[in-house]
Amino acid sequence: MSRIHVTTTVNGDEREFLCSPGQTLLDALRDELDLTGSKEGCGSGDCGACTVILDGEMVCSCLVLAGEAQGRRVETIEGIAEGSQLHPVQQKFLENAALQCGFCTPGFIVASKALLDKNPNPTETEVRYWLAGNLCRCTGYDKIVRAVMDAAAELRQERTAA
Amino acid sequence: MNAPEPKDAFKVVGTRPIRPDGVDKVTGKAIFGTDYKAANMLAGAIVRCPHPHARIKSIDTSKAEAVAGVKAVVTGADFPSVEDTIVRMGETSASTVDMAQNVMARDVAYYDGHPVAAVAAISQEAADEAAALIVVEYEQLPYHIDINESFKLDAPAINPNLKATGLAEGEKVSPNVTTKFPYAKGDADAALAGAAATVTAHYTLKPVHQGYIEPHACVVSWKPDGKIDIWCSSQGAFNIRGLTASFLHVDIGSIRVMPLEIGGGFGGKNSVYLEPVAALLSKKSGRPVRLLMSRSDVFRASGPAPGAEIDVTLGADAQGNLVGAKVEFVYSAGAFRGTDAMPGVMHAICHYKVPDFSLIGWEVLTNMPKHAAYRAPGAPQVNFAVECALNELADKLGIDPIEIRLKNAVGPGDPGMMGAPLGNVGLIECLEAAKAHPHYTAPLGEGQARAVACGSWMNYGGPSTASVSLAEDGSVLVATGSPDIGGSRASMAIMASETLGVPYEQINVVVADTSSVGFSMVTGGSRTTYATGIAVIDAANAVIDICKQRAAKMLDVDVSTIEWIDGEAVETGNGKRLSLRQIAEKSGATGGPISFEKGVSPLQHLPGYSAQICDVEVDRETGNVSVVRYTVVQDVGRAIHPAYVEGQMQGGAVQGIGWALNEAYIYNKDGRLDNAGFLDYRIPVASDMPMIDTVMIEKANPGHPYGVKGVGEVPIVPPLAAVATAVGNAIGKRMRDLPISPERVYAALNEG
Repeated sequence: MSRIHVTTTVNGDEREFLCSPGQTLLDALRDELDLTGSKEGCGSGDCGACTVILDGEMVCSCLVLAGEAQGRRVETIEGIAEGSQLHPVQQKFLENAALQCGFCTPGFIVASKALLDKNPNPTETEVRYWLAGNLCRCTGYDKIVRAVMDAAAELRQERTAA
Repeated sequence: MNAPEPKDAFKVVGTRPIRPDGVDKVTGKAIFGTDYKAANMLAGAIVRCPHPHARIKSIDTSKAEAVAGVKAVVTGADFPSVEDTIVRMGETSASTVDMAQNVMARDVAYYDGHPVAAVAAISQEAADEAAALIVVEYEQLPYHIDINESFKLDAPAINPNLKATGLAEGEKVSPNVTTKFPYAKGDADAALAGAAATVTAHYTLKPVHQGYIEPHACVVSWKPDGKIDIWCSSQGAFNIRGLTASFLHVDIGSIRVMPLEIGGGFGGKNSVYLEPVAALLSKKSGRPVRLLMSRSDVFRASGPAPGAEIDVTLGADAQGNLVGAKVEFVYSAGAFRGTDAMPGVMHAICHYKVPDFSLIGWEVLTNMPKHAAYRAPGAPQVNFAVECALNELADKLGIDPIEIRLKNAVGPGDPGMMGAPLGNVGLIECLEAAKAHPHYTAPLGEGQARAVACGSWMNYGGPSTASVSLAEDGSVLVATGSPDIGGSRASMAIMASETLGVPYEQINVVVADTSSVGFSMVTGGSRTTYATGIAVIDAANAVIDICKQRAAKMLDVDVSTIEWIDGEAVETGNGKRLSLRQIAEKSGATGGPISFEKGVSPLQHLPGYSAQICDVEVDRETGNVSVVRYTVVQDVGRAIHPAYVEGQMQGGAVQGIGWALNEAYIYNKDGRLDNAGFLDYRIPVASDMPMIDTVMIEKANPGHPYGVKGVGEVPIVPPLAAVATAVGNAIGKRMRDLPISPERVYAALNEG
């Protein structure tokens, strides 16, 4: 089967890879680009562990074909921190103990960042519904929701200060 | 052991530092089971039986072997036979004969999803293509999904060789009964006959899955010298090592298991599924082989927890003192003997003082995956029935549900599980705290109702090993054999820091591979912070002793003059001090590197108790139930890292809420699992849940230097009854069958 050549921007860098026509973006990220931070929990768009931001929109990378990434911008968990400077969402997840096993965490962090990029002042209900596509079996969501609310508050403060 | 120090004596215990592995896990750097790759690795695929019960008449692998890039094919015929040895796994034990057959079917496949063959190839596409070309000829056999069908005296046998344990002489039972576990005291019938009020009811639950988000995964390399390397995520690398050695007839020492980060387990990753299969594929191909389960494989072939049919009768006097109890339940086991009937009996009524009782736990085979431990295995099901019945009894007697529990709750010195007197347990304190919590008396909105329930779990201790060593600059290195499934590196670092008197940030904790640290039982049974914690504390104390000797040498004084104060050796006479760093730097000249490895097997664990308050709101038009407020009160012994203790309480409660409202294995008319995905097997999502309030009762365990009891499991026990009773209170009907789906609520609301 002939492979497709894809050129795409991943976390700000232009990347190239070959993929098969049926390969998902998630598999291409993990297997072709060694970006294993995005996880596969289901392969059917139900768990959100593979969440990435594609041209500014939050998507399940297991539901996007790798070939569809041609000429587009992909942000993954590996690109959320700026160098060694954690994003406020990452820092608040740590401070709030918002992870236990940590497997769903990359998806939650990418999804939370996507939320705060659009809505800097979400209500608890808005956070819960935005994250309803991300499954966590360990935490019961309490500390995750608190971490996202805390990160939102910090980001608002940063913006006010700036 | 000396009593734990009072809480205010601690510097680090009870604080909430950032976990040592945290940055890796929020940046995507952590390597989980599904992430590991070995050089020159092959991709594997497993062929699974599509029938609930079938004799394997033939397997033709020729077409698969002809696929370009296929390097190995294995079937049950490639596996050695196994001796029937019992392997200890957390609080349960299991026969390796059953587990070996569960890993790969031999002559008979026992459930939809049972592995029958496997392939390894140079790409996943080639492996999947070849797997699809393996032709298996089946003869379908009678099967049972339903517990009641399997339990019938004349039911067709799932396994004709099965021998039931615990039966009375000549007792006639279904051929599918694996065990009967009776436990009685006094005359329950006479006691109940004299009760002022009794409640008798029948309760049912379906099997539910642990639901960890990371599917099972491993990479195995069987090298030409016979050494086997395994990279996998599991709750116990040593368990994987022991079982794989047992199934493959190799020495334990020839296997080295590298524990990768584990993406949830809840008891379901105590078991071995893929590693022996990947090992044989690797042996045949001469290359490392990776096997991954899909989500559908996880549902079809791993987990679940038993479904149950439960009969309960409770009786009390007019004041609400329980006088008698009869509980008889049947748990499903899946296709092989399980382990939950005994803990089910042990936890049925042990949190109450009941003078006369009769408890009988049965377990039967069903054509489902071999059931696996799930957080407090065996307890939530029977507790659901008993706590619902107790709430009903309280209503009958007109007594507040917390009051009736306080009248009957066990305390220190009362007989506990199986009669042994209880130690410093905190159920009464949990109930008092629940009663005093603002939640209990808060006003309810329209369509809302409230209920309480409580529960217990025995917890466990057992074997663990930890080593503590000092780097040349005084950095502290802690290695344990306990996979970190929810923050245990943080609790180990806190305990090491507290013991050594050095800052938390100076402690570096790793989960070591099976050749680099001594044996440690699984991370399960709520045992890790308790038992592995004792190993860490003991090893740290031994390192302090070594440091004192080295300091004495450096100062040329007798060691009896040296005290260890705040991480430094202090000479009592003149107050000369040597820091850990100074001692470590000179260790080469004073006797060699400083390290100590300690193996322990403590059994002074104490049971945990939890009381929970649940408010629900019922939509009478649709039957949908929302949990609108929830409070978990738990006796935690002592919270080493309170945030991760709260996390266990919250996570366990939400799993229990999911069990109560949404979750169930659903089989179709052909005996195939119909909801093998997260869309149809619906675990709670963020928008389903309120914040989960927590109240930690710290009644220290004298059997642990810092008072740890174990906290992971008990929070899943009470929610089933708390939710079911609350829904019942909201709609005026008793809800005795789980899950309490909208259809069931709607039907209950609209029946005559």
